[in-house]
Amino acid sequence: MTGEIGQLALCLALALALVLAISGIGGARLGAAGAQAIASSSAAGMLVFIGLAFGALTYASIVSDFSILNVAQNSHTLKPLIYKISGVWGNHEGSMLLWVLVLALYTAAIAFSRRGGARLTSAALGVMGMLAAAFILFILFTSNPFLRLDPVPFEGAGLNPLLQDFGLAVHPPMLYAGYVGLSASFAYAAAALITQERDWARAARPFMLTAWIALTLGIALGSWWAYYELGWGGFWFWDPVENASLMPWLVATALLHSALATERTGAFRSWSLLLAIAAFSLSLIGTFLVRSGVLSSVHSFANDPERGFFILVLIGGAVGGALALFAWRAPSLDGGASFEPASRETALLLNNVFLAAAAATVFVGTLYPLALDALTGTKISVGPPYFAITFAPIFIALLILVPFGPRLAWRKGDLPAALRTLAPALGIALVAAAVILAFTAPRTLAGCGAFAVAAWLIGASAIEVRERGLGAFQAGALASALAHAGLGVTLIGIAGTTLWRSEALEVLGPGESMNIAGYTLRFDGVKGAHGPNYDAARATVTVLSGGWTIAVMHPEKRVFPAEGQDTVETAIRTTIVSDLYLALGDQREQGRWILRAYVNPLAPLIWLGALVMALGGFAALWNRLRVARPASVAVAAPAE
Amino acid sequence: MTAKQRRRIAFAAALIVASAGAAALVLFALKDNVLYFYSPSDVQTKHVAPGIAFRIGGLVETHSVHHGAGADVNFKVTDGKSAIPVTYHGVLPALFREGQGVVALGALNDAGTFSATEVLAKHDERYMPPEVVDALKRSGRWKEGQ
Repeated sequence: MTGEIGQLALCLALALALVLAISGIGGARLGAAGAQAIASSSAAGMLVFIGLAFGALTYASIVSDFSILNVAQNSHTLKPLIYKISGVWGNHEGSMLLWVLVLALYTAAIAFSRRGGARLTSAALGVMGMLAAAFILFILFTSNPFLRLDPVPFEGAGLNPLLQDFGLAVHPPMLYAGYVGLSASFAYAAAALITQERDWARAARPFMLTAWIALTLGIALGSWWAYYELGWGGFWFWDPVENASLMPWLVATALLHSALATERTGAFRSWSLLLAIAAFSLSLIGTFLVRSGVLSSVHSFANDPERGFFILVLIGGAVGGALALFAWRAPSLDGGASFEPASRETALLLNNVFLAAAAATVFVGTLYPLALDALTGTKISVGPPYFAITFAPIFIALLILVPFGPRLAWRKGDLPAALRTLAPALGIALVAAAVILAFTAPRTLAGCGAFAVAAWLIGASAIEVRERGLGAFQAGALASALAHAGLGVTLIGIAGTTLWRSEALEVLGPGESMNIAGYTLRFDGVKGAHGPNYDAARATVTVLSGGWTIAVMHPEKRVFPAEGQDTVETAIRTTIVSDLYLALGDQREQGRWILRAYVNPLAPLIWLGALVMALGGFAALWNRLRVARPASVAVAAPAE
Repeated sequence: MTAKQRRRIAFAAALIVASAGAAALVLFALKDNVLYFYSPSDVQTKHVAPGIAFRIGGLVETHSVHHGAGADVNFKVTDGKSAIPVTYHGVLPALFREGQGVVALGALNDAGTFSATEVLAKHDERYMPPEVVDALKRSGRWKEGQ
């Protein structure tokens, strides 16, 4: 029954999505209150039915209903409950169902909040309805999670053990909340073009912020998961799938800043619309890259050209339609108030130019190999050196300019005054550079520069908070200060790990030791251990420093018999300023094992910084939801 | 010229400068920093020079894996037509198996052995790197439904 309920619910959701599309757009064009009311209830109904379909699949997975093909292929009776639940989105079909569930949640939120007035809401709901209908069709025709299996197998095939991890439980929903959340900005932008309403940026802001926060956390979680689960000690590999999430983040960040100007003074009106379209388009392209199987990655569940083709058509329709609407309607938009060269608008403009250029370099590095393969058959890969040359300098240039934005007033700012206020931060940056140069090895200009820029960012944020105070009414200023300081914290983590990482690899027998970065690691042998659905070889490694035992660590190798697969379970000892990272390798002759160790200085700051950025996003969101109507144009108002 | 026009021109100019800068960086970086992918047959027919980094992919030849001293390991990558010996110092990925797909990163040494700096296997037993599938198809050793 469960499968049929899910299937039926999905079909009903499709019908409601179509009703939503027609009544939403129709209600906006005609201004008919009745149609608008239908759109709102359809949005609520669609959420209920997609929720029901998702619930049905989750239930089937929990009770191990192997009569459903998807569950039989991806679950196992012995799998712990949390992975039975998270395994629902650990495969292609289930993850697409999660995709539309998140879309339905955002749609209902738009219907419920009615931001920007009845007509704008109605048109935005109509656009969401079209997207939902397209994606539900995609699921029903190419990726149906409710297909039956006959005869019913006695046991399921299990879930890829790499994905049986807490990181998998939270990373995809978080990332989807970001990816799919950008659909709300997209829908509001399209709605603004349809209805010619001006105030879309303010209406879409909470959704933009929510999506950005979720995307920030989702990317950080993915990077953290790769760090501790894959056992290579790295945090970012410039893998095309990682890039697929970074591109929407860069453009969404640009959108957050540009929309701020659009909302305040009407500047960059068309550009903000274009960014909203671009951000969601990049989310769709990311979905295509990940789901079509054109890339080799842990995210490629299966290769299926039909799915890739369907998503390509979908992207073509959504992006092409939105751009055509933009080309048709944007010229009639009026520009906003004028501004001086030294003003917050100029700062935001530079922010957008640099972010767009950075996104473009990632785009080329990700898609150039695919295009070359398709056109000439030559297979190449573009790795970290490419991004070090292209992305890094553009982003560092952007970071140097960041502190000026919040110090400049709208329309006409005072650059000398801003410089005077920021002088202490400049001092801190120079001291940081000098300290790094004097006391650390190896001496590199890049390392020195990275710490100086990080200190500059954090210092400027501290000045910002001190000037404006920490009162409840300053949440807006606090938001930008936190987000910008978070960038600095992440930069410190990246620079520290990249510059000073130590790595050691040795084959050790019981009682033997190896040395790494001042630590002595004594290998005390390997014992067997049992988990709920795996057997493990569990090593005991005693960590000594200056003759004292400071820790006992247990890196593991796990064998999952159901899936016939092994995983490496790293052991990490963190002091926030440094990670000691152990991974157990293969067994060699007579109880001797390969042990790989890394010391990654400052590594935790990479993800801590992302958390600080997200906190900044939360402050902005809280500020937005608390203040019903902010002043329209306030000179020298705090940045959000 | 109105303020609006001036602003539009400034905006367009900034975008053009930034995209020209980004394009220059991209072209410069793409010239020297891409890695080519070759199947074992490609390596033999194209006479890849020693010391040039590239990626090689295929199946780990059965009975070819030998562990040397310490963390050294030797094996052969095959596409069914040709096989290239590979040497690697490090931890092999958990899913590295004889007869299974593998992609290695490195360069040929003077003896014609591929000295790998990184060895990647697939992440999942049902999944095969697309490059490997393609290499097997070209050598005629790919069976549908494999």
